[in-house]
Amino acid sequence: MSQLQLYLQQPFVQRALLVGVLVALCAGLLGVTLVLRRFSFIGDGLSHVAFGAMAVAAVAGLTNDMLLVMPVTILCAVLLLAAGTNTKIKGDAAVAMISVGALAVGYLLMNLFPPRGKGNISGDVCTTLFGSTSILTLTPLEVWLSVALSVVVVLFFLLFYHKIFAVTFDESFAAATGVKTKLYNLLIAVIIAVVVVLAMKLVGSLLISALVVFPALSAMRVFKSFRTVSICAACISVLCAVAGILVAAVAGTPVGSTIVVADIAVFAIFSLIGFLRAR
Amino acid sequence: MALLSCQDLSLGYEGKAILENLSFTVDTGDYLCIVGENGSGKTTLMKTILGLIHPLKGKIVTGDGLLQQEIGYLPQQTLVQRDFPASVYEIVLSGCQGRKGLRPFYSKADKELAWKNIRRMELVPLARRCYRELSGGQQQRVLLARALCATKKLLLLDEPVAGLDPKVTAEMYQLISDLNRKDGITVVMISHDLEAALRCATHILHIGARVYCGTVEGYLQSETGSHWMAKGGAEA
Repeated sequence: MSQLQLYLQQPFVQRALLVGVLVALCAGLLGVTLVLRRFSFIGDGLSHVAFGAMAVAAVAGLTNDMLLVMPVTILCAVLLLAAGTNTKIKGDAAVAMISVGALAVGYLLMNLFPPRGKGNISGDVCTTLFGSTSILTLTPLEVWLSVALSVVVVLFFLLFYHKIFAVTFDESFAAATGVKTKLYNLLIAVIIAVVVVLAMKLVGSLLISALVVFPALSAMRVFKSFRTVSICAACISVLCAVAGILVAAVAGTPVGSTIVVADIAVFAIFSLIGFLRAR
Repeated sequence: MALLSCQDLSLGYEGKAILENLSFTVDTGDYLCIVGENGSGKTTLMKTILGLIHPLKGKIVTGDGLLQQEIGYLPQQTLVQRDFPASVYEIVLSGCQGRKGLRPFYSKADKELAWKNIRRMELVPLARRCYRELSGGQQQRVLLARALCATKKLLLLDEPVAGLDPKVTAEMYQLISDLNRKDGITVVMISHDLEAALRCATHILHIGARVYCGTVEGYLQSETGSHWMAKGGAEA
């Protein structure tokens, strides 16, 4: 316990907690609409795109890779989500294609042109994929950037909550009655790309899907209206992030994996509750 | 001025027409049934009227002060909706969303309208229940209540009784007839059930190789109608 108190006094742990809570909140909120639209894997797909873009940025020697990573990820999110269902290659196949393609190209580039000053390619790749300790090494600038973007995402969700519901539940009815579904799909795609790039810092690209999918699915086991599911998913996401970061700090485990294990545990508990209720 | 008039329409996807040179009008108070073989373009026609698909040629004009986004729509159920966590009230209220523009929240009037339609569809005891736990007939009434939140004038129904048992089907037809006769809402319905279409509707639009548009009486005497009847309607 005293060890935990000691950790909590460290600025880097405080920063990690703050960013962790905010990113988890965003991912939890957006997870509900993504899971319901059958886009559970988009987190994974987009994070691989972001990884590929980071590799390109590293090879090109850009000092601030966000300038490249963010626009590329947003572009792919728009292509995948805003294109809707009227595409030649359907949702899941398109996600798989972009995801695997970006991952392969990124890794290939890093191997062909190793970034100067860094010898350990596989270590680098591992960090990007699993997040490892990068959330514990956040700079104040990154923290502020994350805070600002999270506030934008949460505000978007609150202000557009009813529109997100209408578009998710029945896109053609919404479009027929004059809701600007294309605009909202575009906005959701942009927001998701932003969350994915943020979340990469937290859990790494491979585990982003977990952050998006688990809270939403857990909440759906027990709650039955869109409002309660959204609120519950956000709460689960935040609590698991806090628990995961604290345990990781004390026990020295990788942050991302620890958070996901917490999410899995909550999913198991909620499934049990849902099962008992249904009987 | 007709409520809805389609002039020389050609419909289809990606430049390939599946229906050409279609012209018809719908007047206020009509109950029009659209019949025809599978793949003859019934749903495509409905989506075009709703503005979800652009016509390849021709145009659709609304009259009597009807705006395109004031058309209520009862779509066929989608896969997404089957396990969607949403309460009946949330879904019915979402029918008001089209009028909101960029305003983020529903007004008191919207909520009252939602409750009015929940009462009208006899859904009050179910209002807080989860949509996915309802029976097929109850789900259709929820979607009908939502459509009524979006319109006061014109309802477009895409096979509203698909998958319902005979008793619930009869109740659904009664509900739609009441909306048409008592509340004066114009109804355009796609149906596979020719017998019910002839009994309930005032007008028939038959599309396919032969086209007919007019009253039910005229349809029974027409060549298209008698030919179709002889084949036993949509079973053919």
